[in-house]
Amino acid sequence: MDRREFLKTSGALVVSFSMPAAEALAQDAGKPALVPTELDSWIAILPDGRVNAFFGKMDMGQGLDIAVAQIVAEELDVGFDKVDVLMGDTASSCNQGGASGSTGTSNGARLLRKAAAEARRVLVERAADKLGAPAAQLKVEDGTVFAGGAKTTYAELVGGRYFHHQVQWNKQVGNPMDISVPAKPKSPAEYKVVGKPLPRRDVAWKVYGTGEFVTDVRVPGMLHARVIRPPRAACSVRGVDESSIKGIRGARVVHKKDFVAVVAPREWDAVRAARQLKVNWHYDDKAFPAMDGLHEYIRAAKPVKREETLKQGDVEAALKAPGARLVQAEYEWPFQSHASMGPACAVAEVKGDRCTVWTGSQKPHFTRDGVAKLLDMPAEKVRAIWVPGPGSYGRNDAGDAALDAAFLSRALGKPVRVQGMRADGTAWDPKGPAAVHRARAALDASGKVIAYDFMSKGFSRQHIATNEADPGDSLVGQALGLAPKTNPIYGSPEESYGFENKRLAWETIAPLVVDGCSPLRTSHLRDPVGPDIHFGSEQFIDELAHAAGVDPVEFRLRYLTKPRHQAVVKAAAEKAGWSSLGKGKGIAFADRNGTAVAVVAEVEVDRKSGRIWAKRVTVAHDCGLIINPLTLRQTIEGNVVQGISRTLYEEVRFAPAQVESVDWASYPIAEMPDAPEAIEIVLIDRPEIAPSGAGEPTIRVIPAAVANAFFSATGVRLRSAPLNPERVKAALAKA
Amino acid sequence: MATYRFTVDGKRVSVDAQPEMPLLYALRDDLGLRNPHFGCGLAQCGACTVHVNGEAMRSCVLPMSAVAGKTVTTIAGLGTPEKPHPLQAAYVAEGVPQCGYCINGWVMTAAAVLKQNPKASDAELRDALAGLKCRCGTHVAILRAIKRAQTQLA
Repeated sequence: MDRREFLKTSGALVVSFSMPAAEALAQDAGKPALVPTELDSWIAILPDGRVNAFFGKMDMGQGLDIAVAQIVAEELDVGFDKVDVLMGDTASSCNQGGASGSTGTSNGARLLRKAAAEARRVLVERAADKLGAPAAQLKVEDGTVFAGGAKTTYAELVGGRYFHHQVQWNKQVGNPMDISVPAKPKSPAEYKVVGKPLPRRDVAWKVYGTGEFVTDVRVPGMLHARVIRPPRAACSVRGVDESSIKGIRGARVVHKKDFVAVVAPREWDAVRAARQLKVNWHYDDKAFPAMDGLHEYIRAAKPVKREETLKQGDVEAALKAPGARLVQAEYEWPFQSHASMGPACAVAEVKGDRCTVWTGSQKPHFTRDGVAKLLDMPAEKVRAIWVPGPGSYGRNDAGDAALDAAFLSRALGKPVRVQGMRADGTAWDPKGPAAVHRARAALDASGKVIAYDFMSKGFSRQHIATNEADPGDSLVGQALGLAPKTNPIYGSPEESYGFENKRLAWETIAPLVVDGCSPLRTSHLRDPVGPDIHFGSEQFIDELAHAAGVDPVEFRLRYLTKPRHQAVVKAAAEKAGWSSLGKGKGIAFADRNGTAVAVVAEVEVDRKSGRIWAKRVTVAHDCGLIINPLTLRQTIEGNVVQGISRTLYEEVRFAPAQVESVDWASYPIAEMPDAPEAIEIVLIDRPEIAPSGAGEPTIRVIPAAVANAFFSATGVRLRSAPLNPERVKAALAKA
Repeated sequence: MATYRFTVDGKRVSVDAQPEMPLLYALRDDLGLRNPHFGCGLAQCGACTVHVNGEAMRSCVLPMSAVAGKTVTTIAGLGTPEKPHPLQAAYVAEGVPQCGYCINGWVMTAAAVLKQNPKASDAELRDALAGLKCRCGTHVAILRAIKRAQTQLA
């Protein structure tokens, strides 16, 4: 393979969004297939010695790519500034699962670490041959390999060419994808780049308006589309009056079964056409339960699936033990929306037997699979290119837009750009599920907890899948008559409270109104069901502490069995000055896949307006080895404020069969006056423990920390989220 | 349809549009600018904010008929990497944005606020910036950056 050919292909992947898929995918004879078993699928050395790392996850603005660049630079022994991380293009990366479950570093970067270590090993071996010295005696500094006075460089050894070197793949796709290699990655004691607070690379283009969001992708000849979502759940189309948009230049209707969209050459004309188009919708009387009876409905609904996630001892017997004092409470969590900053956007171009789609979906490899199935194309003929979009925080509306765009481009034979209006983002994104959390415990005469029972009952967190790989899990697919593949699944508290009789369980109930599309379909929202569950479980721990007459910090330390769990509780309490704090303080703790977080919130309550202000928030965070403390702190800060928003304000409103939260007025979120005066963060670095993720753990403890602080301030428990001014005023008036 | 002439980031432009079309569509679709962004189309979030004759305005609801002859500045015209506005420099130093989609609202509004009141207090800033949205929750970093910029402006 010659150098020029390599540059042609890899260069195109780096810089071009708009080049035709066929050309970008052109594989010359020497280019190894894009499969996990090829080292070339992970690492490339360019002719000038720069390094490309091909990453099958993507950064959503928390600096994951910087962590990957640090790890690759570390293992390869090249300068951090020489490493570029190429993310989320299915033509240049394997399916590592996209942004998912805070696994970017734990799973995603783990693989790149091994690939980089193996690349270094192979390069040093080749240098040993070239320089005629044993590999063990060679030293590498910033991409130059030294054998005494003789030297060569990575660029000379393989720059612009392929390694053609195999690695072992574990045959898994998505988050668990991993490789094994003979090379031994460095030990943390040797780290020079990992652990440094290096700044992100996407800040400047965002601040100067010089980069490209998915909303900015333009393809020559592209039409602007607006998809007409139904006015309520379970609608079908009886007819479309195309004459109703006559007079709007170039505007056209695309209608198939229950899918309706309008397109026009100019965006404003597409918006006008969407507003003007008359659609004859048909629906029967199927309806959601009344909103104010939602949690009663959940309590009464027949469970579809029950799972006991932990069972030790005999809880039922211990609850009835003679002399035991029973404590019980129920906590309610609403439907919540991703409510991304902008409604989703995607551009698709079907050309011949190929399709290219530009998407803000955080899982572009699954977007590719979904587009391929929707258009009945082989997956290798579809290229999905992730371009930064409005933050997604799980499965938001981005995947739907991508499949809409692909469908429309196929139907029209032209490139199509789809963007929703605000209501499409807020009313029609997949929702975080509503639930009721029931807790019971028994204390003996000494105040010791002798039984603990926690059960969550709610809608599944996966009414539709966590990604759009199957069109049945998308709005266009459902409008065309496909059914979603519902997975009945919820979750349980993650902690290590050593109660001797203990049971954790969950039950899911059937989704609401399942025929056709539903605006209350549920799927993953940041830290799926984590804030929801721990709003209940960590308030209940506080209720038990108060029942036992023990300080809430002391109570947690008494029962937590894992030293790392104890350590974050101690660290947060100490940093916040817990013992000297007056009223208005609350603590909460949780684990998330090995990351331990404790938060102390200090609140002010305005009794007149009902407003809670989380004035000061202290976080102690242990996610194992810290790759980059700067981006970690920023990620935690975002979790804190988004967590405050979900705690205080967020609730999807709905009426008989439609969602009434359609914009920021009907779905309010936290604003600047709600921002804490200070967020104090204690990072506990554990170099000996593999990193376990930070994208979501903090958000799960914010709701309970705030609710516990509210109780401390007022003596009143708020067991229904959100803790909005109306609820606060009502609860204080009753007290 | 009418022809509207105005200035965008120092350049004279002319757009044929209906009088009720919001400025945002002219900026993005007709003039091909990448900023500002469509967030809500309802003047509820700020992602589309530009300066019109120096005043922060939500371009998603500002009709073309109100723009004729005016001077429009987007975030790309506020400053450049070579010649940044103090707020932009502070944003970079503090690494403020996460997804970054909301940034026009915060930077363009704060720039207008600081022009009027360079020494705005924390309480004044919180008040002046209420109504803007940031879904990633970077509010605390935004305040840090504005306070950093205030030291530059002082």
